[in-house]
This record gives sequence, C-alpha cells and structure tokens, in this order.
Amino acid sequence: MKASDKFLKYYVKDLNVSGKEFAEKITMTGTKVETYENLSRNLDKIIVVKLTKIEKHPNADKLLVCTCDTGNGDIQIVTGAPNVYEGMLCPAVLDGGKVAASAHDNLEHPDGIVIKKGELRGVESCGMLCSISELGRPTDLYGNVDGIFDMSDIKCKPGDDAIKVLNLDDTLYDFEITSNRIDCYSVIGIAKEVAATFDKTFTYPKTTFKASFSEPKYIDVEVKDLDLCPMFATRFVRSIKIEDSPEWLKDCLRALGIRPINNIVDITNFVMMEYGQPMHAYDYDTIRDKKIVVKRANDGDKFITLDGQERILDKEILTICDGKGAIGLGGIMGGENTMITDSCKTLLLEAANFNGTNIRLSSKRLGLRTEASNLFEKGLDPNNAINAINRACALIEDLKCGEICEDFIYVYPDEKKNVNKDIEVSVSKINNLLGTNIDSDTMKKILDKIDLKTTVSGDTLKINVPTIRKDINTFADIAEEVMRFYGYDKAGETLPNLEITPVTRTKSEIIEGAATLIARYNGFDEAMNYSFESAKIYDMLNLPQDAKERNYIKILNPLGEDFEIMRTELINGMLKSLSTNHNRGLKEARLYELANIYLPLDEKIEVLPDERKTLMMGGYGKNLDFYVFKGYAEEILEASHVKGNIKFVKNENISFMHPGRTADIYVDDLYLGFVGEANEIVLKNYEISTKTYVLQLDIRNIIEKSDLMFKYRELSKFPRSERDLSMIVPKDLTVDKIEEVLRIRGGKLLESIELFDIYEGAQVGDGNKSIAYNLTFSADDHSLTSDEVDKVIDKIINGLKDLNIELRK
Amino acid sequence: MDINLEKLKDKALESIANAKDPKDLDDIRVSYLGKKGEITAVMQRLRELKEEERKEFGKTVNIAKSAIEEHIRLKQKKFGEKIIAEKFKREAIDVTLPSKKISIGHLHPCSIVYNDVRDIFEKMGYTVVTGPEIEYDEYNFEKLNIEKGHPARDEQDTFYINDKVLLRTQTSPVQARVMEKGKLPICIISAGRVFRSDSVDATHSPTFHQIEGLVVDKDISFTDLKGTLTTFAKAFFGENIKTRFRPHHFPFTEPSAEMDVSCFKCGGSGCRFCKNEGWIEILGCGMVNPRVYELCGLDKDKCQGFAFGIGIERLALLKYEIDDMRLLYENDVRFLKQFD
Repeated sequence: MKASDKFLKYYVKDLNVSGKEFAEKITMTGTKVETYENLSRNLDKIIVVKLTKIEKHPNADKLLVCTCDTGNGDIQIVTGAPNVYEGMLCPAVLDGGKVAASAHDNLEHPDGIVIKKGELRGVESCGMLCSISELGRPTDLYGNVDGIFDMSDIKCKPGDDAIKVLNLDDTLYDFEITSNRIDCYSVIGIAKEVAATFDKTFTYPKTTFKASFSEPKYIDVEVKDLDLCPMFATRFVRSIKIEDSPEWLKDCLRALGIRPINNIVDITNFVMMEYGQPMHAYDYDTIRDKKIVVKRANDGDKFITLDGQERILDKEILTICDGKGAIGLGGIMGGENTMITDSCKTLLLEAANFNGTNIRLSSKRLGLRTEASNLFEKGLDPNNAINAINRACALIEDLKCGEICEDFIYVYPDEKKNVNKDIEVSVSKINNLLGTNIDSDTMKKILDKIDLKTTVSGDTLKINVPTIRKDINTFADIAEEVMRFYGYDKAGETLPNLEITPVTRTKSEIIEGAATLIARYNGFDEAMNYSFESAKIYDMLNLPQDAKERNYIKILNPLGEDFEIMRTELINGMLKSLSTNHNRGLKEARLYELANIYLPLDEKIEVLPDERKTLMMGGYGKNLDFYVFKGYAEEILEASHVKGNIKFVKNENISFMHPGRTADIYVDDLYLGFVGEANEIVLKNYEISTKTYVLQLDIRNIIEKSDLMFKYRELSKFPRSERDLSMIVPKDLTVDKIEEVLRIRGGKLLESIELFDIYEGAQVGDGNKSIAYNLTFSADDHSLTSDEVDKVIDKIINGLKDLNIELRK
Repeated sequence: MDINLEKLKDKALESIANAKDPKDLDDIRVSYLGKKGEITAVMQRLRELKEEERKEFGKTVNIAKSAIEEHIRLKQKKFGEKIIAEKFKREAIDVTLPSKKISIGHLHPCSIVYNDVRDIFEKMGYTVVTGPEIEYDEYNFEKLNIEKGHPARDEQDTFYINDKVLLRTQTSPVQARVMEKGKLPICIISAGRVFRSDSVDATHSPTFHQIEGLVVDKDISFTDLKGTLTTFAKAFFGENIKTRFRPHHFPFTEPSAEMDVSCFKCGGSGCRFCKNEGWIEILGCGMVNPRVYELCGLDKDKCQGFAFGIGIERLALLKYEIDDMRLLYENDVRFLKQFD
C-alpha cells in the first residue's frame, strides 16, 4: 500500500517529520514502512523558465539556442529538443544543479547527475532544459510527452521552484499492511495511524455537498443475490463536464503511480485510494431501461469488459445488469458498453459492497485481477462505501464538473444491523496478558486516539468499535491496540516461571543420531531433497507398473508436474544429487539423507498416510564396493543395538539395483532395507557413468528391534584360544551357510569368527573355492583346555561335511 | 697374590673407552667378564687365599668388576643412542607432503542451525515435539483460527491432497495437537519440514523447515515472550545483539509481533546486508489468541501463553551469508563440505 507525504497531510495537517523518522516510528506502531523515497532526492536548482527567444545554433543544425527568462534576468541555454517554442514555460536546471536521469538513455542515475555551465559547440549554455524523465518521473504518468516538459498550462511563472510547482517535494511511502487491517488499505486508514503515532489531530475529508436537483426515480436497483452483494449504492450526476483534473489531483495520483485520465475517472481513483473503496462510473445514458439488477451470471455467458476483452462467465460470477443484460462484473471490472467517454453527459456512480471470498475466487477463475478486486476480496465495510460515494460527490462539486442529484438510491438491507459495537474489557486482564502496569486512563487516551471511543468505569473499559475495525472483537485485540501505542519496546523482559523439564531423547532421535553419525564418520555429507517429485521418475527407475512405489499420494495443486507426487522412496533424490556432483566433474561424492517417505493407507487419503523416516546413503568414487556398504549397514545396526539375527538376503528383483549385487537386510523376519550396487541402465537415466552404491534403512523397523537398555558384558579373565580352519567349498555355496554351521556348532565357547582368506583357482579345482576362518574360543569361568576346543572343532567339521565341505590340510 | 688389580682395571677401562662399536665392546666384555675373562679368572683364584685375605681382596675385586660393568653399560648406552639417532635420521620424511585425511562427512547447514536453535530452547526447558507433515486442514488451519476463506490461507499458499488433507504450511498443527491434550503447563518446540506453493527461486522454496515454540500456563505474559526471545537471540547471534519487537499480525496470536535483531554485520548503523535498516527480521511471535484455546478445547479464561515461529533456512542463509536458497537443495558436496 502506497501513500505520499502530501496525501497524508490532507488529513494530518501539522505532520512535519523527516522520511526516516516517519518510517521508524510508524513501523513501531505496526504500519511497517517497506521502502520510502523522496521524489526530488536527485533534483536540485530546477526552476521554471520562459523561453523568450529561440535561435538556430551557428555551428550545429540540430541544436537550438534559447534565451530563458529566469524571473531574475535572462540566461542562455542550448537545447537539442525540437519541441521548444517561443513563450514556452518549462523546467530548467541551473549551473551546478542536479537532474535524476540522463537525457541520452533516460536511465535514472543512483545519485543524480550534476549539470554545469559550459559550451556546446562553441556557444555558452548556462544549464539544461529538462524533460519529464530527466526529472526522474515516468513519462506515462504525464501523457507520454517527448522532449522538454511543457509547463505552459500549469499555473506558474518564471523563477518558480519547478520541484514545488510539479509537487515533487514529496515522499512516497510503501507500507506493509497486515491482513487484519483492511481499513489501512486506504490513505485515511494510514493517516489515522499516523495521527495517533505522532500525537497529531486527524481530520476527515469533506463528504458533504450541495445537491442541485431532484430525480427520485433516476434508477431502479434490484439486488437478487444479497449473499454476494450486501450493499449497492448509487448517485446520479448530470451536466457532466469531462476535462483534465486540476494539477493537485493529477500530481497526487502521479505520486502513487496512477496515470491521470480525466476528472471523473481521477475522482473515483482518488476516492479509492482515500477510502480503500473502489467505485464505478457508468455513462447513465447507456443504461437500458434505467434499471440495475445485481445477480449471478449463467454458465457460459459472454461479456466484454472495458479493457476490450471477452470474458466467459460462470454461475458464481456476479454481474451488474441493466434492463437488457450485463454491464459490469461486480467488484472486478466494468463493461465496455457503459464505459464513460469524453462525450458523457450524465453519470451513474456506484459504490457497492461485495463478498470478499467470492470476488477472490471469481477473479482467480477469470484470470482478471484488478485494483478493485484486490480491495474487495479483503472484505470491505459497507458503511465506508457510503462515505466514499458522498466524498466523490463532494469532489465533483469542488471541481465544478457536474450537478448532483439530492436523491440517494441504494439497497442495504442490513444497514440497521451493521452499526458500531460496544465491547467491555478488563484493565487488569490486559495488564496481566501484557505483563505491564498501564493505568486505565492511559489506555483510554490511547484508544480514543484511534477512534475507539472509550469510557472507564473502575477496572472496566467500555469501547465503541467502529464498523470499519472488523479486526477488533476481544480483550486481546484491545490489548494489542493499547500495546502498539504504549510501545512494544516499553514492555519489560522477563522469563516464564515454569518448572524445567529435563531433556530426554526419544528412541527414534537416538537411533537417527547414531545412524547419521556413522554416515558422517564414513565421509557422507548430509543431503536434503524436496518431498515431492515427478511421477516420471518411476520410469527412470525402471519400476514395473505394479511396483509398490507407484502407489503414491498426488498433490491436487502442484507447482508443476515435476513436483506432483509425494515421494515413496529416497533413491531418486539420491541418484539425482549424485548425478549433480558427477556431472560437475567431482571424482567422488558420498551423501546421506534422512527423510520421510509417504505411503498411503487408503485410496482417497481420508486418513493421514504412513510417514516413514528412512535413511538413504549413496556414493560413488574410490574405495567403495558392496561390502563397504554392507559394513555401513552392520555398523548402524550394531550402534542401534538391534537384537536378533541379522541377515543379508540376495534380491535380484529391485529394478534399479544390480541383480547380482544387491541384498535385502533383515533382522529375524523383519525387513530393514536393502544395500547394493545401483543398476547401470538406471544410472544411465541419471547420467551417471560410474559405479554407484546405495543403502536404504527403515528407521522405524530398526527401532522395533533395537534394545537401548543393553547391559555390559563381563570381560573374560581367562585366556582365549584361537584355531584356523581352512576348507574347500563348492563355489556357489554362500558363506552365510558355513557361518550358520560355525555358530550353531561352535556354541557358547565360540567367541568370534573371522573370514581371513578366500581363493578360487586351479589349486582347489574347478567348481570349488577355498575359504579360511580364524575362530576364537573362550569361556567366562575357566581356562579352556585343548581337549575342550578339539571337541568343538570336531562338531564343526562334522557339520561342514553335511555341506560337502572338506577341510584343507 | 701377584695380580695388579688396579692395572688390570685401568687396562679394561681404557679398552672400553676405545671400543669402536657394539661388537668390539662385547668382545671386551667377554675378555674381562666372560667365563674365561681376566676378572673371572681373578675371582676364581680367590679360593686360594686365606679367609681374612679373601674377604679383603674379594671386596677390591668386586669394586673393580662393578667399575668395568658400569663403564660397559655407559658405553653401550652411548652406542644405542648413536644407533637410534642414525635410524631416526634415515627415517626422516617430508612433513610438507599432503595429508592422508580421513574424510568426515558434514551436516547440512539447516541441520546445524536446527541443532543450535533446539539446544538453546532445550536448555531453557522446552521439549521437542513432532507431528505429521501431511496434515488435516483442521489442525493446520481451523484450530488455529484460520477458517475457510481467511486471507491468511492465501498468504500461506497451500498444497492440498484433497479438501481435508494438505501438506502442512507450518509446524503449528503440532501445537494444536498438544493443546488438545489439555495438560498445562505447555512448554514445547515443534520442528520440521513445511510446504508452501512458492516457486523455486533465490529466496523461495516450496519446502523449508520451521521451529515453532509454544508456552502456555496460567499467567505467561508478553514480557515473558520478549525476555525468552531476546535470550534466544543473544544465545544464537551473540551477547551484543539487540532485539526489537514490532507489532504485526498472525491469526493465532494477539497481540502479535515480529522480532528484528540489530544487524550483525554493521551493528545497526545500516549497510547493504540489512538494506540500510540496521535491523534484520528474524521471526514472528505473539500471545496465543484466546480463540485458539477455545478451538483446541482449552478454557480460554484459564490459559495464557505465547507462541513463536522461526524459519530455519532463513537463519541459515543469514548466518552463513548464503545468497541463493537453491544451493540448500542441490546437494553439491563442495557446498555441503563447508559446514561442520
């Protein structure tokens, strides 16, 4: 929301603060100034001159030598602009002065450009005649004029300060308005805040006027859909004189970036800025049957808005119709058919109130957002509309551009209900909430300043809340109003008086912490990916149509198809991130991500889905292979104190994994995840041309099998006994079978096993491999004898025989 | 006895002193103290003497023997020192060669900031609570005083799954779930991933992380809110930081505020980093709106408390002066390895 210093001063007359001070103070009472700029910050020594004589430059065809009356003697200025004429009044920057933009490219210079007296092709020039863009202003606000800015039609004389004449001695503020303060989307609303902040008097603008005639039935208004239009007010104005607005009005609009059009349009725009209430002006003569009907459109109706575009309507869009058909889209834009033109003689003014939500949705569906719809969608106050339409009439009277009818035709069934309300609040309750000790009189003073008329009775404040302050309903709202002007910074700082609860970590946090620490200790950096991705990635991962990953949750309104589903796996994010690193030429990358995957529990997602915290580790580069990744898995499970039999079971059927180098991980029969080498065909889809390994673990299942209440195991005081077993094994026998025999037959005395050699080759014969284990035996309560160990070894050897395993001598 | 023990000893000590190397020294040791050594021979001949003489002479022989042994030991030590010194010299390396660093992985900057913020609040007695990322509209909006059609729903552009289920736009639904349990006092932080349909650019991401705090008891006040958040700001940004609370608006708090901290680059005098304001916006906060207590099933006349919300990414960008939010989700290890 923009407002200029001059505009605000219409209502806060004796406001006199610098831009900086204004911005700081008003921000601290809740109307944050985002930016502010002085319109003449880069202008200096610019006066109005009159060109009394224009001659050709003796040495240059395209230059002219102007004699300029400065009101204090003549000076000579050379110009290249062809639009000058004798008798013209225009702005000129004098020797040593500054303009905002360069004449060559109209680009604004951050600190302005100093103009110095000098010679142009041998002729003295004591300054520069200025165009509007050299004054730092957008040309479209000034009728897109080229060349030197002609001020002949503006009331001024040679020697006047051009900055003042053009009303550029002004500061423009851009405010951030919070969504509850609908009243502050208006200059009046902000001016009230300003007056209260700086302890000045606020004055309402004039809304009274002298009506000059009567026409009791100038229009027949019928509102069929009161739910979408609770109030519709009209005024009737005749003998319209369409012409340019006076300079003050034009400059006031220009400061806000609004292009002046003509007096009537300018008045409606001005009042819209002033009151935050959009208005519409119809050419009365084009309204058929002198009848207005406000009703929902039919699906498929077509209508041409005043921007010349044809719009297709639907049955939730509110139209303003005359006796024959639509003439406007309520609250959004008027129609081409009733638009006022320069020949307009009679005017119907409209100030209405529309349902904010409906306006928001309608303008979204139409793809048509206007100043009006932006305001209406916030939900405006109908009473404010009545003030606004009367204010417009007062301005018409001031500008002498029409005669106003005394009759006032409007539809407003809830007029009697929509009145100021009284609320009562307790002073001590407010102080208790704020932690302050503000007395009731101070509160009253503050509230009175912002139009919340307050009476004090003991601990109770009775407050009359105007209808425009829809945001004020409870004692907490009043507490905020008091605090804003008492000063947020004046409240002290204390700490809550609460019992301290000791910090505890959930099992999940402990295990996630342990797992990610292991990842980092092994050189994996933490990655983060979006939670949504494209459904296309399932094809990149070669997942079959019936893969469980394809059962995903779809976002109704995604940012695009790249972000349309909630991820059901973490592998895509991992491969994408590794690909980013690989394609940037990095020789190695190791990443991990700990994040949720989202698994639907029902088809329509009526219950919240299963969010499963999952760990994904992935990497490429030197010293990585299946077994290294398997090791990470084992380390993590060990650190999580997983109880049970951990198994790695070959899985040839994960579409994005190498079928010969992938294992599912189980503890007992509970699935924990998978580990292995990614499938190179899938890697190609991600533009990765190097071996890549991944490990995925389901944190919740780890938690289920984890026992964090483990106890320490006593260290044996007795010596350990070691034996090596070397064996010839059928080639396709997996070692887990051998180790099962070792463990079962080794019993309690077998402390640990370590595979230290594996060999295939001629020496052991085709179809065989040689494997060597180091076995460590120990007992907690005595020194093992050789006999004891031999007995266990015999049992083991017998067991191995069943697997066709021979011992090597 | 016709042996000049003094002379023998002197001879031995002289040859020890002149020994060239450990081997030489050992030969000398054997020639005096070995089985057939000269001193050993003298010891053997002690038997020939009478008892008193033997006692007297024995003493002298032992002194000579000890002296020889001591000199040999010292000489051996000298040789040992020389040998080890030579070995060390041979084994010398170029210490300026590159290291064999064990590459340790790094935390994501958002995790670092999250851990820091969490630790600060945990020390103040807050408990971490989490909740679902895919949430019911009821918890994300309705119970937080943002009914259907409320403008705040537009401010937090929402991804919907259907008309009742959405991707949470804030972590506040976790607070609603805690309040619903009805047990006071509440002193929690809720943290996690949130979603808003903002297109990806240098300052926006459709996914980011929040930490929100909620303290509710019978008489928690606005000054408690200010004190708590100033304590946090000083712990996070440094003891010299100043805070400023500006009025603002959030549907679930009233009064509401935004907290700024004095610019940690210029100290508040104004610079490019703080857009010349001297202040940097850090978080939103306020006193819980009584309406929210009602919606969450608490007695609004018996509850008073505050809430605040912190954007983790925003703090990370500020702390490390990262100028493009997209870097956070690219996972380039050269970026990630800069944080610890």
